[in-house]
Amino acid sequence: MWHMSGVRVLVGTRKGVFVLTADEGRSDWTVSEPLFSGWEIYHVAGSRLDPDRIYASQSTGWFGQLIQRSDDGGKTWEPVGKEFRYDGEPGTHQWYDGTPHPWEFARVWHLEPSVHDVDTVYAGVEDAALFRSTDGGGSWQELPGLRTHDSAPSWQPGAGGMCLHTVIEDPSDPLRLFTAISAAGVFRSDDGGASWLPKNRGLRSGQIPDEDAEVGHCVHRLAMHPDRPQTLFMQKHWDVMRSDDAGDNWREVSGNLPTDFGFPIAVHAHEPETVYVVPITSDSEHVVMDGKLRVYRSRTGGDQWEPLTAGLPQENCYVNVLRDAMAVDSLDSCGLYFGTTGGQVYASSDAGDSWAPIVRDLPAVLSVEVQTLP
Amino acid sequence: MVLPAHLRSLANLSGEVTVVAGDEPTIRSVLDALERAHPALRGTIRDQESGKRRPFVRYYACSEDLSHEPVSTPLPPEVLAGKEPFLVVGAMAGG
Repeated sequence: MWHMSGVRVLVGTRKGVFVLTADEGRSDWTVSEPLFSGWEIYHVAGSRLDPDRIYASQSTGWFGQLIQRSDDGGKTWEPVGKEFRYDGEPGTHQWYDGTPHPWEFARVWHLEPSVHDVDTVYAGVEDAALFRSTDGGGSWQELPGLRTHDSAPSWQPGAGGMCLHTVIEDPSDPLRLFTAISAAGVFRSDDGGASWLPKNRGLRSGQIPDEDAEVGHCVHRLAMHPDRPQTLFMQKHWDVMRSDDAGDNWREVSGNLPTDFGFPIAVHAHEPETVYVVPITSDSEHVVMDGKLRVYRSRTGGDQWEPLTAGLPQENCYVNVLRDAMAVDSLDSCGLYFGTTGGQVYASSDAGDSWAPIVRDLPAVLSVEVQTLP
Repeated sequence: MVLPAHLRSLANLSGEVTVVAGDEPTIRSVLDALERAHPALRGTIRDQESGKRRPFVRYYACSEDLSHEPVSTPLPPEVLAGKEPFLVVGAMAGG
């Protein structure tokens, strides 16, 4: 079950990890027993250089943050480094009420194994900062240039906390990195993470006093096709955006979406202009619209969107799909996966044309990643 | 000592755990000894940096709550004699 040609879907939930496996047909699924049962798993991610290397961010309110690592495709795990110490005196950011609030580590939201080096992995944390390990998670060092950016004392948490939730490497340039923070926005480094610049030009957010501010935007997720590192897609709090100059400028591509609020965004594995989002009613109603679970696909890089509904519930459905809970595989017929706060994981093996649940009754899903296995 | 189920599974322990913590064990020294013997538990009971008890963790022994006692407090004689355990407990929280 652990070593086979096909796909391995890594699901992080409120109460443990589940590993879902299938062959290339992706119709006959095996669901693992829960791993780390009872622990909150914000993210599970495998290395693209070595699919046997997987990391999990594990935490509870009682016992804090742990990082688990597997070197055999998820069969066995070992706790690794869990010390996330801010570099130097961490200073303050703004609290919800506008008063200064000291930076405090809460949890690891996102783990990003490097595409350049198998033992390098990034961790995006709350309160927002970026950490890197170069020894496979054994120890973590902050890249403090981001958290000490001039704008940082003005950053404010989004409703889910002030989290660094997205880390994207440029596969063609080991020195270039993108991160996104709720609710500060996008930052880019061109020197391997030492220094950072906000990249939010073109974003407009009605919830902040200056709609076009340099920082303060609640970016929910970024996505990049590895062959087009200049092009980024963004699901902002409200608005779906794209940039074709590595984040220097953004334009809105929400087009005909029924609502442009949402969390995840993903790009087709073989078609860089095919993009997926899951529209969510609003920031005050974190459920899909009209009781219908619909993925929207654009084959034109945004602006024109079509609903994908075959096999998804079209009545009495009121779930959310969180920012880290959608992924694509890279088989010839691109597979798409997402998990809901209701504990369902849905899969499509035909780029979204049709869907079926892999499993329906897991704990609330926080993250979904997929590994395409040789 | 008795640990919560989550921490037993993390440290691959079953049942009670016995630690050697010197001649006059205190709350601090018994936790130090536990973490030395089982490094995976570092940071799960006490903050690694400050050494402070995590907010939702409690220490009990002999039906007494020792959570708010100074960490230099000696453990009760019944615990040293092995008649009563020192309990690390996950406080009631969440739903």
